[in-house]
Amino acid sequence: MAKPFLSIEQLTQRYPDRTGGEFTVFENASFGVEKGEFVCILGHSGCGKSTIMNILAGLAEPSSGVVKMDGMHVSGPSLDRGVVFQNYSLLPWLSALKNVTFGVAARFPQWDKAKVVEHSTAFLAKVGLAGDTIHRKPSQLSGGMRQRVSIARAFANEPKLLLLDEPFGALDALTRGTIQDELIKVWSDTDQTVFMITHDIDEAILLADRILLMTNGPMAQVAESVEITIPRPRNRTSIVEHPNYYAIRNHLVQFLGQRSAELAGQLGGEGLNSPKTVHIDLKDDTDTENPDPAPMLRAVEG
Amino acid sequence: MKMLTENKKAAVLSILILVIGCLIWEVSIPAQKTAGELTEYELLTGGGQPKAGVPPPTDVLSKAWEQLSNPFYDAGPNDKGIGIQIGYSIYRVLTGYLLAAVIAIPLGFLIGMSSVAHKALNPFIQVLRPISPLAWMPLALFIIQDSEASAIFVIFICSIWPMLINTAFGVAGVREDWVNVARTHELGPVKTAFTVILPAAAPTIVTGMRISIGIAWLVIVAAEMLVGGTGIGYYVWNEWNNLDLTSVIFSILMIGVVGMLLDSIFGLLQRTVAYTE
Repeated sequence: MAKPFLSIEQLTQRYPDRTGGEFTVFENASFGVEKGEFVCILGHSGCGKSTIMNILAGLAEPSSGVVKMDGMHVSGPSLDRGVVFQNYSLLPWLSALKNVTFGVAARFPQWDKAKVVEHSTAFLAKVGLAGDTIHRKPSQLSGGMRQRVSIARAFANEPKLLLLDEPFGALDALTRGTIQDELIKVWSDTDQTVFMITHDIDEAILLADRILLMTNGPMAQVAESVEITIPRPRNRTSIVEHPNYYAIRNHLVQFLGQRSAELAGQLGGEGLNSPKTVHIDLKDDTDTENPDPAPMLRAVEG
Repeated sequence: MKMLTENKKAAVLSILILVIGCLIWEVSIPAQKTAGELTEYELLTGGGQPKAGVPPPTDVLSKAWEQLSNPFYDAGPNDKGIGIQIGYSIYRVLTGYLLAAVIAIPLGFLIGMSSVAHKALNPFIQVLRPISPLAWMPLALFIIQDSEASAIFVIFICSIWPMLINTAFGVAGVREDWVNVARTHELGPVKTAFTVILPAAAPTIVTGMRISIGIAWLVIVAAEMLVGGTGIGYYVWNEWNNLDLTSVIFSILMIGVVGMLLDSIFGLLQRTVAYTE
Protein backbone atom coordinates (compact mmCIF):
# COMPACT_ATOMS: atom_id res chain seq x y z
CA MET A 1 0.00 0.00 0.00
CA ALA A 2 1.37 3.38 -0.98
CA LYS A 3 2.10 5.68 1.90
CA PRO A 4 -0.16 8.72 2.01
CA PHE A 5 1.35 12.21 1.68
CA LEU A 6 1.08 12.75 5.41
CA SER A 7 1.19 9.70 7.58
CA ILE A 8 0.76 9.62 11.32
CA GLU A 9 1.98 6.34 12.75
CA GLN A 10 1.38 4.99 16.22
CA LEU A 11 1.32 8.42 17.78
CA THR A 12 1.07 8.35 21.59
CA GLN A 13 1.16 11.22 24.03
CA ARG A 14 1.60 10.70 27.75
CA TYR A 15 2.06 13.24 30.51
CA PRO A 16 3.15 12.55 34.07
CA ASP A 17 0.19 13.03 36.37
CA ARG A 18 0.24 14.40 39.89
CA THR A 19 0.39 11.03 41.60
CA GLY A 20 3.63 10.14 39.87
CA GLY A 21 1.96 7.88 37.32
CA GLU A 22 1.26 8.59 33.70
CA PHE A 23 -1.70 10.06 31.99
CA THR A 24 -2.28 8.92 28.42
CA VAL A 25 -3.97 11.55 26.27
CA PHE A 26 -4.16 9.38 23.16
CA GLU A 27 -2.57 6.14 22.15
CA ASN A 28 -1.39 4.62 18.88
CA ALA A 29 -3.18 7.15 16.74
CA SER A 30 -2.55 6.27 13.11
CA PHE A 31 -4.02 7.89 10.05
CA GLY A 32 -3.04 9.41 6.76
CA VAL A 33 -3.85 12.50 4.77
CA GLU A 34 -3.58 12.60 0.98
CA LYS A 35 -2.10 15.49 -0.95
CA GLY A 36 -4.65 18.18 -1.67
CA GLU A 37 -7.10 16.71 0.81
CA PHE A 38 -9.08 18.74 3.36
CA VAL A 39 -9.37 16.74 6.55
CA CYS A 40 -11.19 17.82 9.69
CA ILE A 41 -10.80 16.21 13.06
CA LEU A 42 -13.76 16.20 15.44
CA GLY A 43 -13.82 15.18 19.05
CA HIS A 44 -14.69 16.34 22.52
CA SER A 45 -12.40 18.59 24.54
CA GLY A 46 -9.58 16.70 26.18
CA CYS A 47 -9.23 14.07 23.47
CA GLY A 48 -5.91 15.54 22.40
CA LYS A 49 -6.87 17.20 19.11
CA SER A 50 -4.74 20.23 19.88
CA THR A 51 -1.86 18.03 20.97
CA ILE A 52 -1.98 16.19 17.63
CA MET A 53 -2.03 19.58 15.93
CA ASN A 54 0.99 20.79 17.91
CA ILE A 55 2.88 17.61 17.08
CA LEU A 56 2.08 18.02 13.38
CA ALA A 57 3.22 21.65 13.60
CA GLY A 58 6.42 20.52 15.29
CA LEU A 59 5.73 22.63 18.37
CA ALA A 60 5.46 19.56 20.60
CA GLU A 61 7.11 16.16 20.67
CA PRO A 62 5.05 12.98 20.96
CA SER A 63 5.89 10.43 23.65
CA SER A 64 6.19 7.86 20.91
CA GLY A 65 5.25 7.40 17.29
CA VAL A 66 6.24 9.24 14.16
CA VAL A 67 4.84 11.74 11.71
CA LYS A 68 6.04 11.49 8.12
CA MET A 69 5.35 14.02 5.43
CA ASP A 70 6.41 13.22 1.86
CA GLY A 71 8.28 10.27 3.33
CA MET A 72 10.36 12.58 5.51
CA HIS A 73 10.34 12.38 9.27
CA VAL A 74 8.76 15.48 10.82
CA SER A 75 10.55 17.02 13.76
CA GLY A 76 10.52 20.62 14.86
CA PRO A 77 8.58 23.45 13.26
CA SER A 78 9.03 24.18 9.60
CA LEU A 79 7.80 26.56 6.93
CA ASP A 80 6.48 23.50 5.10
CA ARG A 81 3.77 23.29 7.72
CA GLY A 82 1.81 26.49 8.16
CA VAL A 83 -0.37 27.03 11.22
CA VAL A 84 -3.45 29.17 11.80
CA PHE A 85 -3.97 29.43 15.54
CA GLN A 86 -7.33 29.87 17.21
CA ASN A 87 -6.30 33.16 18.80
CA TYR A 88 -4.97 34.50 15.45
CA SER A 89 -1.43 34.97 16.80
CA LEU A 90 -0.85 38.11 14.84
CA LEU A 91 2.02 40.29 15.98
CA PRO A 92 0.19 43.31 17.43
CA TRP A 93 2.94 45.82 16.67
CA LEU A 94 2.80 45.09 12.93
CA SER A 95 0.10 46.13 10.47
CA ALA A 96 -2.04 43.45 8.80
CA LEU A 97 0.12 43.65 5.67
CA LYS A 98 3.36 43.49 7.65
CA ASN A 99 2.08 40.43 9.47
CA VAL A 100 1.69 38.71 6.11
CA THR A 101 4.95 39.98 4.60
CA PHE A 102 6.70 38.81 7.77
CA GLY A 103 5.76 35.25 6.86
CA VAL A 104 6.27 35.61 3.11
CA ALA A 105 9.75 37.11 3.57
CA ALA A 106 10.67 34.19 5.82
CA ARG A 107 9.29 31.66 3.32
CA PHE A 108 10.80 33.20 0.19
CA PRO A 109 14.02 34.91 1.30
CA GLN A 110 15.19 35.23 -2.30
CA TRP A 111 12.30 37.55 -3.24
CA ASP A 112 12.77 41.30 -3.29
CA LYS A 113 10.59 43.55 -1.18
CA ALA A 114 8.23 44.61 -3.96
CA LYS A 115 7.47 41.00 -4.83
CA VAL A 116 6.87 40.09 -1.18
CA VAL A 117 4.43 42.99 -0.79
CA GLU A 118 2.66 42.16 -4.05
CA HIS A 119 2.26 38.49 -3.13
CA SER A 120 1.02 39.37 0.36
CA THR A 121 -1.45 41.97 -0.89
CA ALA A 122 -2.84 39.45 -3.36
CA PHE A 123 -3.51 36.91 -0.62
CA LEU A 124 -5.06 39.52 1.65
CA ALA A 125 -7.35 40.45 -1.24
CA LYS A 126 -8.35 36.78 -1.58
CA VAL A 127 -9.76 36.83 1.94
CA GLY A 128 -11.51 40.13 1.25
CA LEU A 129 -9.05 42.55 2.82
CA ALA A 130 -7.89 45.42 0.65
CA GLY A 131 -7.30 49.15 0.64
CA ASP A 132 -6.68 51.02 3.84
CA THR A 133 -7.61 48.07 6.06
CA ILE A 134 -4.40 46.18 5.42
CA HIS A 135 -2.34 48.99 6.90
CA ARG A 136 -4.17 48.85 10.23
CA LYS A 137 -2.83 47.19 13.33
CA PRO A 138 -4.56 44.00 14.53
CA SER A 139 -6.03 45.90 17.52
CA GLN A 140 -7.88 48.11 15.05
CA LEU A 141 -9.41 45.12 13.27
CA SER A 142 -12.42 43.03 14.25
CA GLY A 143 -11.98 39.41 15.28
CA GLY A 144 -13.12 38.21 11.89
CA MET A 145 -10.70 40.47 10.07
CA ARG A 146 -7.84 39.33 12.28
CA GLN A 147 -8.54 35.71 11.50
CA ARG A 148 -8.65 36.58 7.79
CA VAL A 149 -5.19 38.11 8.10
CA SER A 150 -4.03 34.97 9.86
CA ILE A 151 -5.49 32.78 7.10
CA ALA A 152 -3.91 34.99 4.43
CA ARG A 153 -0.56 34.71 6.18
CA ALA A 154 -0.79 30.93 6.22
CA PHE A 155 -1.94 30.55 2.60
CA ALA A 156 0.53 33.14 1.30
CA ASN A 157 3.35 30.96 2.59
CA GLU A 158 2.13 28.12 0.37
CA PRO A 159 3.07 25.43 2.88
CA LYS A 160 2.90 21.76 1.94
CA LEU A 161 0.51 21.23 4.81
CA LEU A 162 -1.76 23.79 6.38
CA LEU A 163 -2.86 23.25 9.97
CA LEU A 164 -5.92 25.07 11.25
CA ASP A 165 -6.50 24.94 14.98
CA GLU A 166 -10.16 25.79 15.51
CA PRO A 167 -9.72 28.88 13.39
CA PHE A 168 -13.32 30.03 13.78
CA GLY A 169 -13.77 29.08 17.42
CA ALA A 170 -13.66 32.65 18.70
CA LEU A 171 -15.93 34.14 16.05
CA ASP A 172 -19.64 34.78 16.04
CA ALA A 173 -21.80 32.56 13.81
CA LEU A 174 -22.35 35.12 11.04
CA THR A 175 -18.70 36.06 10.71
CA ARG A 176 -17.80 32.41 10.86
CA GLY A 177 -20.00 31.71 7.86
CA THR A 178 -18.43 34.42 5.74
CA ILE A 179 -14.91 33.37 6.57
CA GLN A 180 -15.70 29.71 5.93
CA ASP A 181 -16.80 30.76 2.45
CA GLU A 182 -13.58 32.68 2.01
CA LEU A 183 -11.55 29.74 3.26
CA ILE A 184 -13.21 27.46 0.67
CA LYS A 185 -12.52 30.04 -2.02
CA VAL A 186 -8.84 30.38 -1.18
CA TRP A 187 -8.48 26.65 -0.74
CA SER A 188 -10.10 25.76 -4.07
CA ASP A 189 -7.71 28.12 -5.88
CA THR A 190 -4.77 26.16 -4.54
CA ASP A 191 -4.07 22.47 -4.13
CA GLN A 192 -3.36 23.00 -0.48
CA THR A 193 -3.49 20.04 1.91
CA VAL A 194 -5.40 21.13 5.00
CA PHE A 195 -5.76 19.52 8.39
CA MET A 196 -8.24 21.30 10.62
CA ILE A 197 -9.52 20.96 14.15
CA THR A 198 -13.09 21.98 14.77
CA HIS A 199 -15.92 21.59 17.24
CA ASP A 200 -18.55 22.43 14.72
CA ILE A 201 -20.15 19.50 12.87
CA ASP A 202 -21.75 21.64 10.16
CA GLU A 203 -18.49 23.43 9.55
CA ALA A 204 -16.69 20.11 9.17
CA ILE A 205 -19.25 18.78 6.67
CA LEU A 206 -19.12 21.99 4.66
CA LEU A 207 -15.34 22.13 4.44
CA ALA A 208 -13.92 18.64 4.63
CA ASP A 209 -13.28 15.80 2.23
CA ARG A 210 -13.00 13.51 5.19
CA ILE A 211 -13.72 13.82 8.90
CA LEU A 212 -11.71 11.97 11.51
CA LEU A 213 -13.64 11.17 14.67
CA MET A 214 -11.91 10.82 17.98
CA THR A 215 -13.20 9.00 21.02
CA ASN A 216 -13.15 10.72 24.38
CA GLY A 217 -9.94 11.11 26.31
CA PRO A 218 -8.01 9.94 28.18
CA MET A 219 -6.72 7.08 26.02
CA ALA A 220 -8.42 8.67 23.05
CA GLN A 221 -8.41 6.96 19.66
CA VAL A 222 -9.02 8.07 16.13
CA ALA A 223 -11.95 5.73 15.67
CA GLU A 224 -13.52 6.56 12.34
CA SER A 225 -12.80 8.31 9.12
CA VAL A 226 -16.03 9.55 7.59
CA GLU A 227 -16.00 10.45 3.92
CA ILE A 228 -18.07 13.44 2.96
CA THR A 229 -19.91 12.25 -0.12
CA ILE A 230 -21.23 15.64 -1.12
CA PRO A 231 -19.81 17.01 -4.37
CA ARG A 232 -17.99 20.32 -4.51
CA PRO A 233 -18.42 23.17 -4.95
CA ARG A 234 -20.47 23.21 -1.80
CA ASN A 235 -22.53 26.06 -0.55
CA ARG A 236 -23.84 26.51 2.94
CA THR A 237 -27.40 27.08 1.83
CA SER A 238 -27.71 24.32 -0.74
CA ILE A 239 -25.62 21.70 1.03
CA VAL A 240 -28.44 20.94 3.46
CA GLU A 241 -30.64 19.88 0.58
CA HIS A 242 -28.25 17.17 -0.50
CA PRO A 243 -29.67 13.76 0.47
CA ASN A 244 -26.42 12.66 2.10
CA TYR A 245 -26.18 15.72 4.34
CA TYR A 246 -28.43 14.62 7.16
CA ALA A 247 -27.31 11.02 6.94
CA ILE A 248 -23.71 12.11 7.51
CA ARG A 249 -24.69 14.69 10.06
CA ASN A 250 -26.74 12.19 12.05
CA HIS A 251 -23.87 9.76 11.99
CA LEU A 252 -21.52 12.41 13.36
CA VAL A 253 -23.95 13.63 15.99
CA GLN A 254 -24.59 10.09 17.10
CA PHE A 255 -20.89 9.38 17.32
CA LEU A 256 -20.08 12.50 19.33
CA GLY A 257 -23.16 12.23 21.49
CA GLN A 258 -22.93 8.57 22.34
CA ARG A 259 -20.35 6.32 20.77
CA SER A 260 -17.36 8.60 21.49
CA ALA A 261 -17.95 7.88 25.17
CA GLU A 262 -18.79 4.20 24.71
CA LEU A 263 -15.73 3.54 22.57
CA ALA A 264 -13.39 5.49 24.84
CA GLY A 265 -10.40 3.39 25.78
CA GLN A 266 -11.85 0.26 24.12
CA LEU A 267 -9.95 0.15 20.89
CA GLY A 268 -6.59 -0.12 22.59
CA GLY A 269 -5.00 -2.83 20.50
CA GLU A 270 -1.48 -3.34 19.29
CA GLY A 271 -0.99 -1.22 16.24
CA LEU A 272 -4.39 -1.93 14.74
CA ASN A 273 -5.64 1.55 15.26
CA SER A 274 -6.21 2.87 11.80
CA PRO A 275 -9.62 4.46 11.80
CA LYS A 276 -12.48 2.54 10.24
CA THR A 277 -13.52 4.14 6.96
CA VAL A 278 -17.18 5.10 6.87
CA HIS A 279 -18.75 5.82 3.53
CA ILE A 280 -22.27 7.16 3.64
CA ASP A 281 -23.92 7.67 0.30
CA LEU A 282 -27.63 7.14 -0.07
CA LYS A 283 -27.30 6.97 -3.84
CA ASP A 284 -25.23 3.81 -4.04
CA ASP A 285 -25.06 0.54 -2.23
CA THR A 286 -21.57 0.80 -0.77
CA ASP A 287 -22.96 2.33 2.39
CA THR A 288 -21.34 0.34 5.11
CA GLU A 289 -22.89 2.20 7.97
CA ASN A 290 -26.53 2.26 6.98
CA PRO A 291 -27.09 -0.93 5.01
CA ASP A 292 -30.84 -0.54 5.21
CA PRO A 293 -31.75 3.06 4.58
CA ALA A 294 -35.34 4.01 5.02
CA PRO A 295 -37.09 2.64 1.93
CA MET A 296 -38.67 5.14 -0.32
CA LEU A 297 -42.43 5.16 -0.28
CA ARG A 298 -43.71 3.38 -3.35
CA ALA A 299 -47.11 3.20 -4.81
CA VAL A 300 -48.30 -0.35 -4.57
CA GLU A 301 -50.33 -1.64 -7.37
CA GLY A 302 -53.51 -3.53 -6.89
CA MET B 1 -19.85 82.25 26.83
CA LYS B 2 -18.25 79.51 24.79
CA MET B 3 -17.09 76.38 26.55
CA LEU B 4 -13.37 75.93 27.07
CA THR B 5 -11.86 72.56 26.27
CA GLU B 6 -10.61 70.41 29.11
CA ASN B 7 -6.97 71.19 28.26
CA LYS B 8 -7.59 74.92 28.25
CA LYS B 9 -9.38 74.77 31.57
CA ALA B 10 -6.47 72.84 33.05
CA ALA B 11 -3.96 75.35 31.64
CA VAL B 12 -5.86 78.29 33.10
CA LEU B 13 -6.03 76.54 36.46
CA SER B 14 -2.30 75.76 36.39
CA ILE B 15 -1.40 79.37 35.70
CA LEU B 16 -3.74 80.51 38.45
CA ILE B 17 -2.10 78.18 40.96
CA LEU B 18 1.35 79.43 39.90
CA VAL B 19 0.38 83.08 40.23
CA ILE B 20 -1.31 82.61 43.61
CA GLY B 21 1.59 80.51 44.90
CA CYS B 22 4.10 83.16 43.87
CA LEU B 23 1.98 85.92 45.40
CA ILE B 24 1.77 84.11 48.75
CA TRP B 25 5.52 83.51 48.59
CA GLU B 26 6.21 87.18 47.75
CA VAL B 27 3.96 88.50 50.52
CA SER B 28 5.16 86.12 53.21
CA ILE B 29 8.82 87.18 52.90
CA PRO B 30 9.38 89.60 55.83
CA ALA B 31 10.42 93.05 54.72
CA GLN B 32 14.10 93.80 55.28
CA LYS B 33 14.76 96.47 57.85
CA THR B 34 15.93 99.63 56.16
CA ALA B 35 19.46 100.67 56.96
CA GLY B 36 18.41 104.19 57.93
CA GLU B 37 16.93 103.13 61.25
CA LEU B 38 20.18 101.53 62.49
CA THR B 39 22.28 103.03 65.18
CA GLU B 40 25.85 103.97 64.51
CA TYR B 41 27.00 100.93 66.53
CA GLU B 42 24.91 98.60 64.38
CA LEU B 43 26.36 100.12 61.26
CA LEU B 44 29.88 99.61 62.60
CA THR B 45 29.23 95.95 63.42
CA GLY B 46 27.92 95.23 59.97
CA GLY B 47 24.26 95.13 60.98
CA GLY B 48 23.58 97.32 57.98
CA GLN B 49 23.94 94.32 55.66
CA PRO B 50 20.53 92.88 54.96
CA LYS B 51 20.10 89.56 56.73
CA ALA B 52 20.20 86.48 54.56
CA GLY B 53 16.66 85.33 54.00
CA VAL B 54 14.55 83.40 51.56
CA PRO B 55 14.45 85.55 48.44
CA PRO B 56 11.10 86.54 46.94
CA PRO B 57 10.08 85.07 43.57
CA THR B 58 10.84 88.30 41.78
CA ASP B 59 14.52 87.96 42.79
CA VAL B 60 14.55 84.37 41.55
CA LEU B 61 12.99 85.48 38.28
CA SER B 62 15.56 88.19 37.69
CA LYS B 63 18.32 85.71 38.61
CA ALA B 64 16.89 83.25 36.09
CA TRP B 65 16.81 85.94 33.44
CA GLU B 66 20.40 86.89 34.18
CA GLN B 67 21.63 83.28 34.13
CA LEU B 68 19.62 82.07 31.18
CA SER B 69 20.56 85.04 28.99
CA ASN B 70 24.20 83.95 29.24
CA PRO B 71 24.17 80.28 30.22
CA PHE B 72 27.59 79.25 28.91
CA TYR B 73 30.00 81.79 30.39
CA ASP B 74 33.09 80.46 32.08
CA ALA B 75 34.82 82.75 34.56
CA GLY B 76 37.02 80.29 36.40
CA PRO B 77 36.45 77.08 38.39
CA ASN B 78 33.85 78.52 40.76
CA ASP B 79 31.98 80.72 38.34
CA LYS B 80 30.53 78.92 35.36
CA GLY B 81 27.21 79.47 33.62
CA ILE B 82 24.23 77.25 34.46
CA GLY B 83 24.33 75.76 30.95
CA ILE B 84 27.87 74.48 31.48
CA GLN B 85 27.00 73.00 34.88
CA ILE B 86 23.91 71.23 33.55
CA GLY B 87 25.90 70.08 30.54
CA TYR B 88 28.43 68.36 32.82
CA SER B 89 25.64 66.67 34.76
CA ILE B 90 23.89 65.45 31.63
CA TYR B 91 27.16 64.18 30.23
CA ARG B 92 27.77 62.11 33.39
CA VAL B 93 24.23 60.84 33.55
CA LEU B 94 24.19 59.78 29.91
CA THR B 95 27.61 58.09 30.07
CA GLY B 96 26.74 56.06 33.15
CA TYR B 97 23.26 55.41 31.86
CA LEU B 98 24.35 54.17 28.43
CA LEU B 99 26.98 51.90 29.97
CA ALA B 100 24.26 50.48 32.18
CA ALA B 101 21.92 49.98 29.20
CA VAL B 102 24.62 48.20 27.21
CA ILE B 103 24.99 45.68 30.02
CA ALA B 104 21.45 45.55 31.44
CA ILE B 105 19.49 44.95 28.24
CA PRO B 106 21.44 41.94 26.88
CA LEU B 107 21.75 40.50 30.39
CA GLY B 108 18.03 41.06 30.93
CA PHE B 109 17.36 39.13 27.70
CA LEU B 110 19.44 36.26 29.00
CA ILE B 111 17.67 36.24 32.37
CA GLY B 112 14.28 36.52 30.71
CA MET B 113 14.90 33.65 28.31
CA SER B 114 16.68 31.22 30.59
CA SER B 115 15.16 30.30 33.91
CA VAL B 116 18.51 28.85 34.99
CA ALA B 117 20.17 32.23 34.46
CA HIS B 118 17.27 33.85 36.28
CA LYS B 119 17.59 31.59 39.29
CA ALA B 120 21.39 31.90 39.35
CA LEU B 121 21.53 35.68 39.09
CA ASN B 122 18.44 36.61 41.08
CA PRO B 123 20.09 36.47 44.56
CA PHE B 124 22.83 38.88 43.43
CA ILE B 125 20.31 41.25 41.91
CA GLN B 126 18.13 41.19 45.01
CA VAL B 127 21.07 42.01 47.30
CA LEU B 128 22.71 44.63 45.10
CA ARG B 129 19.54 46.41 44.03
CA PRO B 130 18.49 47.99 47.35
CA ILE B 131 21.95 49.44 48.01
CA SER B 132 21.84 53.23 47.90
CA PRO B 133 24.00 54.25 44.95
CA LEU B 134 25.87 56.75 47.13
CA ALA B 135 27.00 53.93 49.41
CA TRP B 136 29.21 52.81 46.54
CA MET B 137 30.92 56.20 46.43
CA PRO B 138 33.80 55.60 48.88
CA LEU B 139 34.62 52.26 47.31
CA ALA B 140 34.39 53.75 43.83
CA LEU B 141 36.65 56.66 44.77
CA PHE B 142 39.21 54.30 46.28
CA ILE B 143 39.26 51.82 43.39
CA ILE B 144 38.79 54.17 40.45
CA GLN B 145 40.79 57.01 42.05
CA ASP B 146 39.02 59.58 39.90
CA SER B 147 36.09 61.64 41.10
CA GLU B 148 34.62 62.14 37.63
CA ALA B 149 34.67 58.42 36.83
CA SER B 150 33.34 57.61 40.30
CA ALA B 151 30.30 59.80 39.72
CA ILE B 152 29.72 58.02 36.41
CA PHE B 153 30.05 54.67 38.16
CA VAL B 154 27.44 55.68 40.72
CA ILE B 155 25.05 56.60 37.89
CA PHE B 156 25.84 53.28 36.21
CA ILE B 157 25.10 51.25 39.32
CA CYS B 158 21.85 53.03 40.11
CA SER B 159 20.41 52.91 36.60
CA ILE B 160 21.26 49.30 35.82
CA TRP B 161 18.65 47.65 38.07
CA PRO B 162 15.33 48.90 36.74
CA MET B 163 16.50 48.28 33.17
CA LEU B 164 17.76 44.80 34.00
CA ILE B 165 14.66 43.75 35.90
CA ASN B 166 12.20 45.22 33.42
CA THR B 167 14.00 43.70 30.44
CA ALA B 168 14.01 40.28 32.07
CA PHE B 169 10.35 40.65 33.04
CA GLY B 170 9.34 41.85 29.58
CA VAL B 171 11.24 39.11 27.78
CA ALA B 172 9.94 36.37 30.06
CA GLY B 173 6.39 37.62 29.55
CA VAL B 174 6.38 37.48 25.75
CA ARG B 175 3.31 35.51 24.71
CA GLU B 176 4.07 31.92 23.79
CA ASP B 177 1.90 32.32 20.67
CA TRP B 178 4.22 34.94 19.24
CA VAL B 179 7.24 32.80 19.90
CA ASN B 180 5.39 29.94 18.17
CA VAL B 181 4.79 32.20 15.18
CA ALA B 182 8.54 32.74 15.00
CA ARG B 183 9.17 29.01 15.36
CA THR B 184 6.71 28.00 12.64
CA HIS B 185 8.36 30.55 10.37
CA GLU B 186 11.75 28.98 11.02
CA LEU B 187 13.31 32.17 12.38
CA GLY B 188 16.72 31.67 13.95
CA PRO B 189 17.34 32.69 17.57
CA VAL B 190 18.89 36.05 16.66
CA LYS B 191 16.13 36.91 14.19
CA THR B 192 13.49 35.83 16.73
CA ALA B 193 15.11 38.03 19.38
CA PHE B 194 15.07 41.10 17.15
CA THR B 195 11.84 40.68 15.18
CA VAL B 196 9.55 39.12 17.79
CA ILE B 197 10.86 39.26 21.35
CA LEU B 198 12.34 42.76 21.25
CA PRO B 199 9.23 44.48 19.86
CA ALA B 200 7.00 42.42 22.15
CA ALA B 201 9.03 43.32 25.24
CA ALA B 202 9.87 46.88 24.14
CA PRO B 203 7.13 48.64 26.14
CA THR B 204 8.31 46.99 29.37
CA ILE B 205 11.98 47.60 28.53
CA VAL B 206 11.39 51.28 27.78
CA THR B 207 9.42 51.64 31.02
CA GLY B 208 12.49 50.33 32.83
CA MET B 209 14.68 52.77 30.93
CA ARG B 210 12.39 55.61 31.89
CA ILE B 211 12.52 54.68 35.57
CA SER B 212 16.31 54.42 35.31
CA ILE B 213 16.84 57.84 33.77
CA GLY B 214 14.67 59.35 36.51
CA ILE B 215 16.73 57.69 39.23
CA ALA B 216 20.00 58.64 37.50
CA TRP B 217 18.97 62.29 37.46
CA LEU B 218 18.04 62.15 41.15
CA VAL B 219 21.35 60.57 42.05
CA ILE B 220 23.65 62.81 39.99
CA VAL B 221 22.79 65.85 42.14
CA ALA B 222 23.78 64.05 45.32
CA ALA B 223 26.85 62.51 43.70
CA GLU B 224 28.10 65.87 42.45
CA MET B 225 27.62 67.42 45.87
CA LEU B 226 30.12 64.81 47.08
CA VAL B 227 32.65 64.80 44.26
CA GLY B 228 32.52 68.54 43.59
CA GLY B 229 34.18 70.43 40.77
CA THR B 230 31.46 70.80 38.21
CA GLY B 231 27.84 69.88 37.61
CA ILE B 232 24.47 71.10 38.79
CA GLY B 233 24.75 69.27 42.13
CA TYR B 234 28.04 70.96 42.84
CA TYR B 235 26.53 74.28 41.75
CA VAL B 236 23.69 73.98 44.27
CA TRP B 237 26.12 73.15 47.06
CA ASN B 238 28.50 75.93 46.05
CA GLU B 239 25.74 78.53 46.05
CA TRP B 240 24.63 77.28 49.46
CA ASN B 241 28.16 77.87 50.72
CA ASN B 242 27.98 81.34 49.20
CA LEU B 243 24.63 81.82 50.97
CA ASP B 244 23.21 82.78 47.59
CA LEU B 245 19.73 81.37 48.12
CA THR B 246 18.41 82.98 44.96
CA SER B 247 20.83 80.85 42.94
CA VAL B 248 19.95 77.78 45.02
CA ILE B 249 16.24 78.17 44.29
CA PHE B 250 16.94 78.91 40.64
CA SER B 251 19.10 75.78 40.27
CA ILE B 252 16.52 73.63 42.06
CA LEU B 253 14.02 74.74 39.43
CA MET B 254 16.50 73.96 36.67
CA ILE B 255 17.04 70.44 38.05
CA GLY B 256 13.30 69.92 37.89
CA VAL B 257 13.00 71.23 34.34
CA VAL B 258 15.87 69.10 33.01
CA GLY B 259 14.50 66.02 34.79
CA MET B 260 11.13 66.62 33.23
CA LEU B 261 12.69 66.96 29.76
CA LEU B 262 14.65 63.70 30.15
CA ASP B 263 11.50 61.94 31.30
CA SER B 264 9.40 63.27 28.45
CA ILE B 265 11.95 62.04 25.89
CA PHE B 266 11.42 58.54 27.24
CA GLY B 267 7.69 59.17 27.36
CA LEU B 268 7.83 59.80 23.61
CA LEU B 269 9.90 56.67 23.07
CA GLN B 270 7.39 54.73 25.12
CA ARG B 271 4.57 55.89 22.91
CA THR B 272 6.38 54.84 19.73
CA VAL B 273 6.99 51.28 20.94
CA ALA B 274 3.57 50.82 22.56
CA TYR B 275 1.06 48.44 21.02
CA THR B 276 -2.38 47.20 21.98
CA GLU B 277 -3.22 43.54 21.81
